[in-house]
Amino acid sequence: MNERRLQPSPWVERRRRIVNALGHGAVALATAMVLVPLVAVIWYTLREGIPGLTWDFFTQLPKPVGEPGGGMANAIVGSGIVVGLASIVAIPLGILAGIFISEYASARLAAAIRFVTEVMLGLPSILLGIFAYAVVVKPMGHFSAYAGAVSLAIVMLPIVIKTTEEILRLVPRHIREAGLALGIPQWVVVLRIVLRAASRGIVTGILLAVARAAGETAPLLFTALNNRFWHTTLDQPIATLPVQIFTYAVAPYEDWHRQAWAGALVLIGLVLVLSIILRLVVSRTHLEHEQ
Amino acid sequence: MAAEVSSVRTEPQGRRFAFPWRGAVGNGVFFGLCLLAGIAVLVTLVAVIAQLVVESRLSIEAFGIGFLTRSVWDPVAEQFGALPFIYGTLVSSLLALLLAVPLSLGAAVFLVEIARGWVRSVLSFLIEALAAVPSVVYGVWGIFVLVPWLLEHVSMPLAETWGEAIPLVAPPATGPSMLSAAVILAIMVTPIITSVARDVLLAIPRSQREAALALGSTRWEAIRTVVGTARWGIFGAIILGLGRALGETMAVTMVIGNDPSIHASILQPAYTLASVIANEFTEATTPLYVSALIEIGLVLLLTTLVVNIVARLLVWSIARRYSQQ
Amino acid sequence: MEPSQQQEKQTHTMREDSSAPMPQSDDHIKERFRIVTESLTVFFDGKAAIRNVSMAIRTNRVTAIIGPSGCGKSTFLRALNRLHDIQPNARVEGRILLDGEDITQLDATLVRRRIGMVFQKPNPFPAMSIFDNVVAGLRFNGIRKRSLLEEIAEEALRRAALWDEVKDRLRAPATSLSGGQQQRLCIARALAIEPEVLLMDEPTSALDPIATAKIEELIYELKRTYTIVIVTHNMQQAARVSDWTAFMYLGELIEFDKTRKIFTNPSKRQTEEYITGRFG
Repeated sequence: MNERRLQPSPWVERRRRIVNALGHGAVALATAMVLVPLVAVIWYTLREGIPGLTWDFFTQLPKPVGEPGGGMANAIVGSGIVVGLASIVAIPLGILAGIFISEYASARLAAAIRFVTEVMLGLPSILLGIFAYAVVVKPMGHFSAYAGAVSLAIVMLPIVIKTTEEILRLVPRHIREAGLALGIPQWVVVLRIVLRAASRGIVTGILLAVARAAGETAPLLFTALNNRFWHTTLDQPIATLPVQIFTYAVAPYEDWHRQAWAGALVLIGLVLVLSIILRLVVSRTHLEHEQ
Repeated sequence: MAAEVSSVRTEPQGRRFAFPWRGAVGNGVFFGLCLLAGIAVLVTLVAVIAQLVVESRLSIEAFGIGFLTRSVWDPVAEQFGALPFIYGTLVSSLLALLLAVPLSLGAAVFLVEIARGWVRSVLSFLIEALAAVPSVVYGVWGIFVLVPWLLEHVSMPLAETWGEAIPLVAPPATGPSMLSAAVILAIMVTPIITSVARDVLLAIPRSQREAALALGSTRWEAIRTVVGTARWGIFGAIILGLGRALGETMAVTMVIGNDPSIHASILQPAYTLASVIANEFTEATTPLYVSALIEIGLVLLLTTLVVNIVARLLVWSIARRYSQQ
Repeated sequence: MEPSQQQEKQTHTMREDSSAPMPQSDDHIKERFRIVTESLTVFFDGKAAIRNVSMAIRTNRVTAIIGPSGCGKSTFLRALNRLHDIQPNARVEGRILLDGEDITQLDATLVRRRIGMVFQKPNPFPAMSIFDNVVAGLRFNGIRKRSLLEEIAEEALRRAALWDEVKDRLRAPATSLSGGQQQRLCIARALAIEPEVLLMDEPTSALDPIATAKIEELIYELKRTYTIVIVTHNMQQAARVSDWTAFMYLGELIEFDKTRKIFTNPSKRQTEEYITGRFG
């Protein structure tokens, strides 16, 4: 019985060992190569962007074409306004829809809405710009902050729904039961107990949606358009940071390039800081409920 | 303690307080609001699709199905065809996948099967955060860093050495080009493919790996078994990346060169569906021009819809199959 | 089992168990029996988890429900609190009379305000202080008067034997308490809305022996004021704390009698086998 019928050949064994080592090396190399351009993006944005982050950048209006100096004050404020308007619509709607999926909808309806949410997440944002153009700009007859806000609201909506629903699902069922068992009406249980237990996660998820909207360019190109000056009302074209970055980056002026980098740095900072916060909060929420 | 307890009434029906709320009305109202919000999501998607169809009617009537196969794009003569943009979109996205897929899958395998502890969480975090970096930021980096670098170190040498023999890399090499677009797209979809593929691999139960190892497999052979099991989910991750690449607008617009003609050489400029909308929408002066651009949007919408739905179904099927275990 | 047969059996059980002669007026029954279930059946996805459970639960007594896991004892308890309402795949048939009123026909919210419940795992509301937890049932039902909330909170915590341990840190997060304290907090939270009945679903299964002893002592105190139904998989616990014991098996009520009788001289073979540890 000591005689094995399947004698492993030393050659085969050696080849398997080599393939094993090569495979490990290959995936490690792939990981490194994935990270190189990503690190390069951050590195260059920091290097080129920091010199542009001057006081003027945050406080001055853009100078006329070709003149150096000036800043993106109106674009930064404009981004705030358009994203703010979009948030007013998208955040409550998204939270309610997220609650609907996690607390009320039948399994089939929940799956359907979840599916539509995923599909909307995958839609090219420029198409949402066309939609807003068709339903707002065309009837009004001109570009406006409102139109930009409509397109950004549709960008944000699926993100808010998805994070709300995912965080609500982390809240264990027995918390809901404890509330109901006290004779508290279900809607109060959801709003005051479940949502509260999930609040930190939802808030940071919303902030991430806001950051995403703040970085969107394509849907604003022909809805909010752009504006070299301070806007005075919301039904006229308005400057936004990403559109301004785009305009400056493709223009042939050194000084504008410097400002484009600075703007890019502001956007990337916003996204990275919020991602870090979200990650910490989600893992902490997770831990709390695991106990 | 005992004295206290005995002082409490034995009949709790006589409460010291009356509850002012009954809850039924509030429950109904709140449920109604949530239901409306849920339906609003469905309606929004339908409305977006419907608007694009309605607004492109003019162009559909003028050019019919030929719109997809004509390669003329002449706003002055009001002659429009989408072929150069369809070509540019497909080729740039597929080239991007060619670059991104091997690297992303390698990284996903590394994250799930090899990396441990803080290395794993830091890498995962980096990759997820970078998926959220705005497109315009990649565009700025692309114009000022990537395009000059590619021209000097890749495009020029390629055109000089192989350009005569292979039409794919024929000169003249330009900075903004199909290649630049493909590279920037590859960089942008890598984090997406990596993180979805990682989730798919994580969904495969540990017992699979242990079974392979217990049979005397090397670790690499066990990994190949796991990847084999997850192949449909991984395919879904790739398709998801394709969907993102097809619709990507700003960064591509900034580096592709925006030339509405078809060149065999990837070292020359091209144009994509999303880019032509971004560049020309505000300049479109006639109703037919606008409508043609919106029909381009419709083509993009239908393509990405199909791609996304296929991808989602694939990824979910893997997650569902193993979620019970 | 036929409903008529079931009815007969229930009446029979009641007569046999009462030491006094069968009371004649309805009022008398109401006073003696706080909760009466009639042919209670609960389906999950069309499959019955409990079948035709008819039980009369005595006022100001502790009733224990025992049985092997999966026998439906928790399902029965949750039905009394109308918790199956929120599960779309669950369906409840039969009647549940609370003081003679069928609670399956009432607003669930109103029912739950009269029947409190304590769960297997301590489940204080996260992100809330100890005080906020105790008064949650009042505050989220619209009672705002500060002085009343404070008065009731203190009383509920005293009755749950937790007051001395937490009176100096009512503002601390509830999650900072130990497991046993959290469970007593949950009891206090249930008592604060002044229910008539207290349901306890394996309240000590997540606790250590010392914390368990505290809760058992507490149950003994509380039965002067409340009608208590406790589900437990621990037979010694049932024997220690309860006056009446129900044995359930495979979704049916097998035997329901005085605790002493169940544990010393059960009349059904299955009960005896379970008590003596021959199965489950």
